[in-house]
Amino acid sequence: MISMEKEKLKFAFYWAASCGGCEIAVLDIDEKILDVVAIADIVFWPVAMDIKYKDVEAMPDKYIDVCFFNGAIRTEEQEYMAKLLRKKSKVLLAFGSCAQLGGVPGLANVANRKEVFERAYLQSPSTNNPNSGTPKTSFKVPEGELKLPEFFDTVKTLDQTVDVDYYLPGCPPPSAQVAKAVEAIAKNELPPKGSVLAPVKSVCDECPRKKEDKKISKIYRVYEITPEPERCLLEQGIICMGPATRGGCETQCVSANMPCTGCGGPCPNEVEQGAAMMSALSSILGVGGERGPEYDAEKLVAQIKDPLGTFYKYSLPASLLKRRVIKE
Amino acid sequence: MTEFEPKIVGFLCNWCAYAGADLAGVSRIQYPPNIRIVRVMCSGRVDPVFILEAFRSGADGVLVAGCHLPSDCHYISGNFKAHRRIMMLKKLLLQFGIEPERLRIEWVSASEGDKFATVIKDMTEEIKKLGPSPLKVQVEGLIYG
Repeated sequence: MISMEKEKLKFAFYWAASCGGCEIAVLDIDEKILDVVAIADIVFWPVAMDIKYKDVEAMPDKYIDVCFFNGAIRTEEQEYMAKLLRKKSKVLLAFGSCAQLGGVPGLANVANRKEVFERAYLQSPSTNNPNSGTPKTSFKVPEGELKLPEFFDTVKTLDQTVDVDYYLPGCPPPSAQVAKAVEAIAKNELPPKGSVLAPVKSVCDECPRKKEDKKISKIYRVYEITPEPERCLLEQGIICMGPATRGGCETQCVSANMPCTGCGGPCPNEVEQGAAMMSALSSILGVGGERGPEYDAEKLVAQIKDPLGTFYKYSLPASLLKRRVIKE
Repeated sequence: MTEFEPKIVGFLCNWCAYAGADLAGVSRIQYPPNIRIVRVMCSGRVDPVFILEAFRSGADGVLVAGCHLPSDCHYISGNFKAHRRIMMLKKLLLQFGIEPERLRIEWVSASEGDKFATVIKDMTEEIKKLGPSPLKVQVEGLIYG
């Protein structure tokens, strides 16, 4: 018994700029969580354990075997923890869209710190802030000085901050892929460093819907129509990110009659997801009617209300341009 | 200080616009030297990645030029696809805080050397007025890599 205990792996879980969904995803593997506990001890998990940062600081370097890191990097504290956990871990795994690509918190890259604070603390309709206070990194009180971590202008992905060994995409990562990853870790069968632990095919490839004739002239937003359940959503005029998104999710959203929004990240060999989707959509929008008298490319494209939010919903910090230009 | 000279990347299709640029050259038509030409087989070959990468690498403007609409495209409908792609990218660039005027699509046939020269003159002037790309200005402080 004692010798078995010694062979157990050490896992750590950490959350940075994320919603907490990735923590739930760990538990979503259901009874397989018992297999995880059988092979590994969890040495750090702020959401579930009372353990302090100083305890991690006290660990020897490379003490943790695998660190599952979810969330993007947007504060000084998260950056510090990313660097600390990198030092203390043999394998650092970017868990979920936010750590891999910046995720939904990464959409804050259309603004900067000042604008985020103004919106969150001053302008939002539900805010009552008579002194117009916004967070400061330090504040003097009679008892001494209070400190808060710095809030960055730009949200970064985990691998823009530290060296990352593996990526597990998804918002949150689908339980089947989490289980596979854990199995690979347990059997010591992890692929080469830098791999994305998901199938190489796109969501479209996994999608059971009928795809017949890819050409559309009218784009519908999700609330505007009730799509037929059997036919490709893109063919019905709903922007579905399936063609530009890596699969592995067993088309959960599409099966629920909702379009793919792209949480799986770009397909392998694709430079960035947004460009891939724009390219795909341009190729089918208005096809067939081009020589007709009604054809107007600008009007067709004007139907897309928010290209950045649609095509880069999870990948803005990892995109080529990374953020909106900051104007002084 | 010397006057700002914009850097413009031009993606020209093999069959029309590149031949048009060639004609401008052999006809010795004068136009500003601000354009760096990349020949592609079709304007429909221009992936949005090329354009975003050009801006990221410090281009002040990007020109995509191909065969006239509707029927000149050597591959029948590549120019239509390029047109929609550029329209979409212009909307996107605006959201990224880059002036959409920095990205242009033009139709230049193989016989329009003079039109090619006019387009380059016009675009160079317009971008000179806009000034250096705001992206280029902030690249230093960012995490590009």
